[in-house]
Amino acid sequence: MTKYITVIGLEVHAELKTKSKAFCSCSTEFGGTPNTHVCPVCLGMPGALPSLNKQVVEFAIRVGLALNCEIKPYNKFDRKNYFYPDLSKNYQISQFDKPICEHGHIDINLDGVEKRIGITRIHMEEDAGKLNHSGASISTSDSSSVDYNRAGVPLIEIVSEPDMRSAEEARAYLENLKAILEYTDVCDCKMQEGSLRCDANISIMPEGATEFGTRAEIKNLNSFRALVRAIEYEVERQKEVIEKGGKVVQETRTWDDANGKTLSMRSKEEAHDYRYFAEPDLVPVDLDEAWIERVRAELPELPAQRQARLMEQFGLPKYDASIIVASKAMAEYFDEAVKNAQDAKGVSNWLLGDVSAYLNNEGISISEFKVSPAHLAELVNLTKEGVLSSKLAKKVFAEMLKEDKAPKALVKELGLEQVSDEGAIMKLVEETIAENPQSVIDFKAGKDRAIGFLVGQIMKKSKGKANPGMVQKMLKEKMQ
Amino acid sequence: MKVSAEEVKHIAQLSRLTVPETEMQIFTEQFNQILSYADIMQKVDTTGIEPTPYVLPITNAFREDIAKPGVSHEAALSNAPAVENDGFKVPRVLE
Ligand SMILES: [Zn+2]
Repeated sequence: MTKYITVIGLEVHAELKTKSKAFCSCSTEFGGTPNTHVCPVCLGMPGALPSLNKQVVEFAIRVGLALNCEIKPYNKFDRKNYFYPDLSKNYQISQFDKPICEHGHIDINLDGVEKRIGITRIHMEEDAGKLNHSGASISTSDSSSVDYNRAGVPLIEIVSEPDMRSAEEARAYLENLKAILEYTDVCDCKMQEGSLRCDANISIMPEGATEFGTRAEIKNLNSFRALVRAIEYEVERQKEVIEKGGKVVQETRTWDDANGKTLSMRSKEEAHDYRYFAEPDLVPVDLDEAWIERVRAELPELPAQRQARLMEQFGLPKYDASIIVASKAMAEYFDEAVKNAQDAKGVSNWLLGDVSAYLNNEGISISEFKVSPAHLAELVNLTKEGVLSSKLAKKVFAEMLKEDKAPKALVKELGLEQVSDEGAIMKLVEETIAENPQSVIDFKAGKDRAIGFLVGQIMKKSKGKANPGMVQKMLKEKMQ
Repeated sequence: MKVSAEEVKHIAQLSRLTVPETEMQIFTEQFNQILSYADIMQKVDTTGIEPTPYVLPITNAFREDIAKPGVSHEAALSNAPAVENDGFKVPRVLE
């Protein structure tokens, strides 16, 4: 059977976090009553003239620099012409042949292997309005209602090179890109709300081929899971087409998440005749070196730099650091907690373990996590100091999830202080030895399991509060 | 440069216009008349000249990022032929 190579490129649209729209002063606020953030410009009234929001250019430069792009000094806007009700002017203001950024890259790391994914270009454009269908879906509706609140909200489109070879590489690229957009504070990156959207160009070619196969463009990928599933489905679909002697058609397909399929939307050749031309209502943008250099100097710490810092400053393993920095909010939580903690790796263990498990389970993000960084640090310290065994620390943590109380107070309230008093532990050791003569004989005969059993018995007697290290040591000494 | 009746049909479709077969001939001729006028411009030697999409020597006309109220919801919808759920009602959209 022929082996195939998958080729993937991603087009990511990110809504910029400006206060006002790209070409008019309407608010960019999400939601609200339809058609309440609109004016003659974004409604496409005849004679209304656009005027460019400076912050849009600033954000585009910032992202371009963070993604290692060349920033092009000469910029102009173009009209992309097509008819669709969500487009009030019947054209979208975009950038065609002179994008603001070109030739960038993101380095991804999968199972310890570094790979560089090229970024072809980044351009500025405006978002379209939103169609609300009267029926359950577009095909079963008699009519639609158009809301232009989103029309004119600034976007950047980030186009990658077709450098990815698997769904996992595509996911890693998108995760890295999302983190960078969060760190540079240009986008909310809420995939469910549509402030970060992803389209995937997917093709396959036989191993050894020098030319890419015909690609399909997959739209409507509004989660990481959808991206991975859609790529896996699409690759199998294209293989089947080819194995049956057919040809893959160049087309736009939409991801149907409920049924786990991609469906054909329209043939690309027919619909994509956009007749771009220079937007006559906007003058060109000339970026001087000073502007670009100022933005470069003001760039915040980026995920890769932060990861290196966490490894160097706190001695975190690369794996821990990479997971913590993948989310800006998680990295900030770590930085806050570690200020008060005696053990950075301890903080990391909690974040990657029980905290992440809890967040996943509740379906919330760390910014909605009720336990304060200071309290998590205190819990880490209580374990480090030997006041709490790791088992009891979990018990305290469970209480903290119910109510964000200081762990020290909870330890007292629940009577959970670890017993490290020699006399008290010796009493338990002696009692247990007396009750289990056979285990003592087994231990002396060299059966290691016996000691584990005896420690377990002592811990049970102490309701988990005895210091396990001391129990082990004193038990051994007593039986010698 | 000359366009065919086929191309005129394609442009009509992109513009969402219905052009009756009987008028296709007239439109094709008119298109070609306009294009032949543009041909005069094409004859000018432009070797070494950068494309000039803008004739004014102005760049960097910016607006500060300050949100201001636009028009009222009622005014926005006052010219809509039909309104539904606070939006502009349009026939069902299918490609
Ligand atoms: Zn507006």
